[in-house]
Formats: sequence, C-alpha cells, structure tokens
Amino acid sequence: MTPGAESGGGLAARGEDGIWQQIFNFDQYGELLGLVHGSLLAGALLGLVGGLAGVFVIMRDLPFAVHGISELSFAGAAAALLMGVNIVAGSIVGSLLAAAAIGMLGVRARDRNSVIGIIMPFGLGLGVLFLALYQGRAANKFGILTGQIVAVDTPQLSWLVGVSAVVLTALALIWRPLTFASADPEVAEARGLPVRGLSLGFMVVLGLAVALCVQIVGALLVLALLVTPAAAAARLTASPVLLPVLSVVFAFVAMEGGILLALGSAIPISPYVTTLSFLIYLGCRLVGSRRARRARPAAVAGSLPDGVKVDT
Amino acid sequence: MDRAQAPSPAAAPLSPPAVAADSTATPVASLRGAALSYGDRVLWQDLDLDVWPGEFLAVLGPNGSGKTSLLRVLLGRQQPTAGALTVLGHPPRRGGRHIGYVPQQKSLPAHTMLRARDLVRLGLEGHRWGLPLTPGTARRRVDELLESVGATSYADVPVGRLSGGEQQRVRIAQALATDPRILLCDEPLLSLDLQHQRTVTALVDRRRRTASTAVVFVTHEINPVLGLVDRVLYLARGGHRIGPPDEVMTTSALSRLYGTHVDVVRVHGRIVVVGAPDAVPVHHPTGGPNGGGRP
Repeated sequence: MTPGAESGGGLAARGEDGIWQQIFNFDQYGELLGLVHGSLLAGALLGLVGGLAGVFVIMRDLPFAVHGISELSFAGAAAALLMGVNIVAGSIVGSLLAAAAIGMLGVRARDRNSVIGIIMPFGLGLGVLFLALYQGRAANKFGILTGQIVAVDTPQLSWLVGVSAVVLTALALIWRPLTFASADPEVAEARGLPVRGLSLGFMVVLGLAVALCVQIVGALLVLALLVTPAAAAARLTASPVLLPVLSVVFAFVAMEGGILLALGSAIPISPYVTTLSFLIYLGCRLVGSRRARRARPAAVAGSLPDGVKVDT
Repeated sequence: MDRAQAPSPAAAPLSPPAVAADSTATPVASLRGAALSYGDRVLWQDLDLDVWPGEFLAVLGPNGSGKTSLLRVLLGRQQPTAGALTVLGHPPRRGGRHIGYVPQQKSLPAHTMLRARDLVRLGLEGHRWGLPLTPGTARRRVDELLESVGATSYADVPVGRLSGGEQQRVRIAQALATDPRILLCDEPLLSLDLQHQRTVTALVDRRRRTASTAVVFVTHEINPVLGLVDRVLYLARGGHRIGPPDEVMTTSALSRLYGTHVDVVRVHGRIVVVGAPDAVPVHHPTGGPNGGGRP
C-alpha cells in the first residue's frame, strides 16, 4: 500500500464510519493477530526492558536524559535509513553517543540538564536533515518518530532480542550496587563502590534501552515506556522487589495493549501506548494519594531499645 | 604559617585514653606527620594521631578546616599530601567492610524509592554485584539492626517520609550492618533537635562501649557529645590540638590555635566558645574539603 492510498482510505473511512471506527477497528482481527506475533514478542521484551530500566531513571532523576538520548537515537536511525543500513544499529550508535556524552559531561544534575539541552536540538536537527535527504517511503520516516508495529520483521527481532539480553544481563549484574549508588551515593562511595563508573555504566545501558524502545514507540514517545510505568509504580510502593515488578507489569500492559488496540486501525501505535501508560499512571496516583492520606501510625519518637543510655 | 602544636607531653597522641584499658591494644587508625593541603592552603599538617578501639574522638573546628577531609583520608578516598597513615594495620583501602560511615544529616530526596529497611540492607550487601542469593539471612540481620536502633516501628516507611532524627537512626543501623571496627560520623547531628541529637549520640556511644568500635565524630558543636568524648581533635588555621576536652577546650589552647584571643566559657556544664573567627575563607578546588555543599 502506498502512503497515498493509505491516507485516501483513511479519508473514506472517516466519511463512512466516523472517527471512532478509524481509531478502533477490529475487523478481521484474528487474521491480523497472526501477522503480528513478532511485534507482540518485541512488545513484551520492551515492557521488561523499559520497566526495569525505568526504575533507575526515576531513582536517578534522569527523565530529561532519556528524552535527550532518544533524539540522538532518532538521528542515528535517520542516518541509517538514508545510508540504507540497519536502522536498529543506527539508532543504537546514536543512543550510545548521546548517553556517553551526557554521562561524561554532566556529572552534576545542573550540568547534565544543560548538556542534554544542548545535545537534544542538535540531534533532532541532524535527524530532520537526514530524513529530508531520504527519498524512500514516507511511512519509514514517520515510523522512526512515532513508532511502528507491523514493521518488526525477523532480522529486526533478533537484534531486539540480542540487545535486550545484553541490557537485562547488565541490569541484573549491577542492580544492587546501582541501587546503592543511586539512592545513597555518599555512603556507597565510602563503602568503595565506583559511583562514577556505575553512573557511566548505567548511561550506556540506558542508551541501549532507549534505542530498543525507539524501534517500537518512536523517538518522541520513549518516555511513555521508560519513565511513566516506573513513576506509576513508585506511587504505590517503595519495596525494592514490588516496585520493579509493578513497573514491568505496567510497561508490559501499555505496550501489548497498545499493539492489540492499534492493530486494526490506520493510526500509528504510539498514541495507544502513551494513553494506556498515562491512564495507568493516573490510576496509581489516585490510589497512592488516597493511601498517603491515611497517615502512618505515629512512631514513638523517644523509644529506644534497652541498654541505650541517653546522656542528659 | 603559624601553627599551634600540642605543647605538653601530656597531650601526646601516643597515650591511649582510659577506655582502651587493654594496654596491648593496637590503634585502629594511625597517622604520623600527616598533612593535607589544597595548593597553598594547608588544612592540617604534622598530624600524629592514634585512634584506639572503643575510643570516642570528636573532631572539631571551623568550616573549611579539613574535618570532612580527614574522614575522606581515613576512608581511602583521598591521599594525604604528606605523612604516613595506616587504618586497621594497612594503608587505607577503599571500601573496607570494617569501616562504618554515617553521613551528614540531610534529607534523602523524595524520589528515593526505598524503605528504612532497604537502606539498612544496602549497608549490608549493597556493594555486592549480581542479585541477592540469601534473602532470609539478610532480612533477619536487617530486622536485628533496626531493632537495635529502635527503628522497628517505621521499618517499612519510605525513607523520604521519615523525620531527620528517624533517618539518622536508620543511618546508624546501616553503618553498623557490617559490624565495623571504626565508625566515622560526619556531622550526624546537623539540624537535629536536642532530643534526636541525644538519641543519635547515645546509640553511637553504646556501640563503642559494647563492641569496642572506635568512633571518629566530626561535629561543629561539642556540647551534644561533651559527656561522651575521650579526646578532641581541634583543627583550625592549619594547626591542630589533640587531647581530652578539658585540655583542648580552654581559653589559652584555642587562643593559641586561632592566633587571636578566644574565650572559652563553661556555663552549666556546657562549653561556649566566644570570639572564634568564623570560617576561614574557603576556595574549594574540585572535590574540595567538604565535598558537597552545606545546607
């Protein structure tokens, strides 16, 4: 189908069935479902990667960095598209360059934000340049920015699986020291943890995770997978086990739900994913604030265990 | 640079304090002729100091006098500019489990998604790579530690929602998680009210009495720990003075140290220092003497 025919069909559908038919269309759903099992698998992986990496994005206060990395990932993908090489590889290269720059130049939060603010428009500008030079299908261009599902083919899927495996292994390996270094850097450093090395290491992992998510939800909407689910989970719990589990569940539901809803329609997948993700966050916020209003039982301030002599 | 050095042999650092009754005890930390300077600015020099098991040593001095830097040196995070240093019989290494560290009291940020028990658990095994393998044992140890500081009732509360005093109790449990032989405390009482100051100092004091853990306690205010300390290390203007509080916290000793007349007055068992020049003008190089900024 050419882009022209696609938009023509869209207009016709709007005339006959109205806008809702265009957004939610479940005709021939069974047949379509058979075509996208690759995408569903990719979605599940992204849910896992996004949900887990998101925990540290929130803990280390990095949402803006995620956005900055995704714009350079977009530039990398656009360059790859223009040169006719693997788009996943292109977006990974872009992501890693951005993550390394942010990690090395922006150690302190204030420096980091300016570094990101400087890198981001540059990346976006490069991306726009490459896309403008690209002569191929318009749908390819649009896909990098706003996501695509049907486009997940077997070679792309094996890339996704491979990179996901690297990200998940790295996260499992550094999970505890990274938690320590993120939540409590001073004491972690006193205990001899390489706090700066962990920070750089996580930026690389984050770069890979962003590059993965860009493939499906697009560069503009990566935050919906890497920030919103973990932020929603943090509204409900502070348990170091429950929090990542909930975050993964939320990212998974947003991702797979988004794919299933988007399946029959002519609209890109991203609005479905971002809307689901946002609704989950709203729900968690509501539940969380209701819970916070019930004040915790007042601790007895002066109570001390036996044998502790308070000097007066 | 004029320097006030410990004048009398009585204050010589080699004499162990009364707590270390065992005469065969070896110091847990030992500095000889140690100095630390940033460019031209000398924080301290010719520092001879032995810290004994079970000793409570308070480190005092104005802002920028190198109190926190001394802790960084003991932690192996910073090299002294000159002199020899051993910690537990070795040159200081980064990250020994035998050193506990209680940082400055400052509120943990709201996005710290940890409960009190998780912060303690990080002290126990947060430095280990990979995923935890023996959750049961660690959980029991964390429960014990929380109970030992009286924090059981808020063990499951996110740390961001604890008061400053509660956070510091949890911090002490965290620092004691590995059963350390030295406890380094960096202004742990800052911005705590009197009641919580007493609680925190009592917990630290119990630890050194029951487990013979040496305590190096950086503070800008001696009164909360006055009844507990064995010795004071007072740093000012590149010089220092070591000795029992009664010898160091005197008008003559501090006047010599500051190079100007300073009055030390005792009022109802509290010590008031009047006329001490405030913070030395500080020009921190990267990672300066105080590390992070002060509130």
